[in-house]
Amino acid sequence: MIYRTVGQFKTSYASDQALFPVRQDAFLLGIILLFAWVIFPLTASEFAFQTLLIPILIYALAAMGLNILTGYAGQLSLGTGAFMGVGAYACYKLITIFPWMNPVVAILLSGIFSAGVGVVFGIPSLRIKGFYLAIATLAAQFFLVWLFEKWSWLYNDNASGAIQVPNLDMFGVFVAGPQAASITQYFVVLAIVSLMTVLCINLTRGNQGRIWKATRDMDIAAELIGINLMKSKLTAFAVSSYIIGVSGALFVFMWRGAAEPNLFDIPLSFRVLFIAIIGGLGSIMGNYLGAILIVGLPVVLNIVPEAIGLDIKSATVEHLNIMIVGALIVFFLIIEPHGLAALWRLVREKLILWPFPH
Amino acid sequence: MLNDIFIAPFADMIAAPDFLLQVLWEGLVSGILYALIALGLVLIFRSSRIFNFAQGIMVVFAALTLVGLYQMGLPAWVSVAATLAVMFALAWSIERVVLRPLVGQPDIILFMATIGITLFLIGFGEIIFGGETKQMITAELGIPTGSITLEPWGGLLILEEKDITIVIVAGLLVAGLLAFLGKTRMGRAIRALGDDHQAAMSVGISLQTIWVLVWFIAGMIALVTGVAWGARAGVSFALEVIAYKALPVLMLGGLESISGAIIGGLMIGMLEKLFEIYWGQPLLGGNTETWFAFVLALIVLLFRPQGLFGEKIIERV
Repeated sequence: MIYRTVGQFKTSYASDQALFPVRQDAFLLGIILLFAWVIFPLTASEFAFQTLLIPILIYALAAMGLNILTGYAGQLSLGTGAFMGVGAYACYKLITIFPWMNPVVAILLSGIFSAGVGVVFGIPSLRIKGFYLAIATLAAQFFLVWLFEKWSWLYNDNASGAIQVPNLDMFGVFVAGPQAASITQYFVVLAIVSLMTVLCINLTRGNQGRIWKATRDMDIAAELIGINLMKSKLTAFAVSSYIIGVSGALFVFMWRGAAEPNLFDIPLSFRVLFIAIIGGLGSIMGNYLGAILIVGLPVVLNIVPEAIGLDIKSATVEHLNIMIVGALIVFFLIIEPHGLAALWRLVREKLILWPFPH
Repeated sequence: MLNDIFIAPFADMIAAPDFLLQVLWEGLVSGILYALIALGLVLIFRSSRIFNFAQGIMVVFAALTLVGLYQMGLPAWVSVAATLAVMFALAWSIERVVLRPLVGQPDIILFMATIGITLFLIGFGEIIFGGETKQMITAELGIPTGSITLEPWGGLLILEEKDITIVIVAGLLVAGLLAFLGKTRMGRAIRALGDDHQAAMSVGISLQTIWVLVWFIAGMIALVTGVAWGARAGVSFALEVIAYKALPVLMLGGLESISGAIIGGLMIGMLEKLFEIYWGQPLLGGNTETWFAFVLALIVLLFRPQGLFGEKIIERV
């Protein structure tokens, strides 16, 4: 009833292809934006910012980068964690070499470095496909993490081998480091993530997105209709790694505050991959749904046993978490292999037709 | 610099041939373990097109079950039999709960499902067996623990007897497996399923039975690998990282080829040890074993996309 599309006539192709062909979609997005920009900042506690809101946004951004590569261009990658690391370390070097630089500018610039690294490790994709390529991206994963450990120039020869985020201010307000308030960090992250999301939506809807989708669906056929595969695959690697790099810089500068090389190890890559796949490959919104599930689930699982008065050791809770997350991944893959975004599409279809079944 | 890369390492090798042999032997033994894990992966991939990421954790799980059962007071060989029963139950439930509903889904979905299984088994194993490193019951299983000292060219070469046992057992296992796949009815059914699912099913081969069987064989291989690796390094979840090493082995050998998995595993095991000792430690600060195999496989694949022993890739629109 509330999703009835009756009366919304399309009289031109342009209006049919518009971003929101159904008025209620725009309305729904408006409500979500209202929550994100006004209601959450007014009501959320420090705990909510640090364990839910900020990480969900950052993970969603990383998954979006991976989704461009895997979901839209069809190149499976297991090296996401390392590319996030490249972004974080690049940002750290930029901040320490040019201390006067605006932190947001540094974060956006650091993505360029990870895009460069991404293109280099994307070159094998021109010859290798499928699982072979996935394993090839693991080469990037292990090599880069090793480099973060051994190349002491990257962490300014710190004795600890870790990078520490200094206090950074922007127009007199601290945005990163120990003195920054969660709410400022939240707004910075939200602004960057929103901007990236808009760019991604339009990129995947446009010419480049169609080239990627053609490459994904069948690359030989795409080549036959005149698509330059090399350009298509390498731009996918570049754009995807750029976004992942930015998310990595945000990950360390706006959330963790410090990072050791093994933070970017393979569990992080898998975490982002889970988000992208459970959310739905080839969908922008899915990344957010997946991030809410994967980030939110452990928080909920940690609170529940306490709330219902069960006395379990925290180590056991952690293991139970891993177990339940694994089982849920299988469960969600079985009920909807195309992800949560596909579930939402189904629900929306039903809502539009409601109360009729067909 | 050039001297350090191109001349000095080889001069070292010639100067101390006994040390070179020792390095190669160590590499061979770990190569065999990589090859065994890769073998489990190849078997499952051939019969079901599933890239089984959980093979590594199955190794840990099998070893933990074995040690856990022994500590509960069962005799060593009874625990082995009981562990095999547990691996069968695992294979059966994976087929029943995870694989059957996902038949026909895209490869990446099945791959993700095996990662889900991996996480589940990690959590499950930690809760039941605890996270601390356990001692493998080497002596109780009758594996010799002494060592043989040889003196080639007046040098020193130490071969641990348990390593020799591993090499022999692994060789027997592979030979038995090849005979099983080549000569028996079940083995042929597995290969038929690998060639063409629908054709195999139409002549009456049961997909479900074969999948359970294949996962059980992979579980058996996992148990052997677990015992072997556990005898060398103790049983803990850190073993899981060796599972990653099986992946470049598969790239080198090809996902379909059993002999490729074995040769690839031995090559990677030896080359990464050589590189680590002669180039990695002096020039790069060590610990190159984490990535060397991957980079090597990547370079080989750039020139031979189907791997060293894979089937020629023919692509059609």
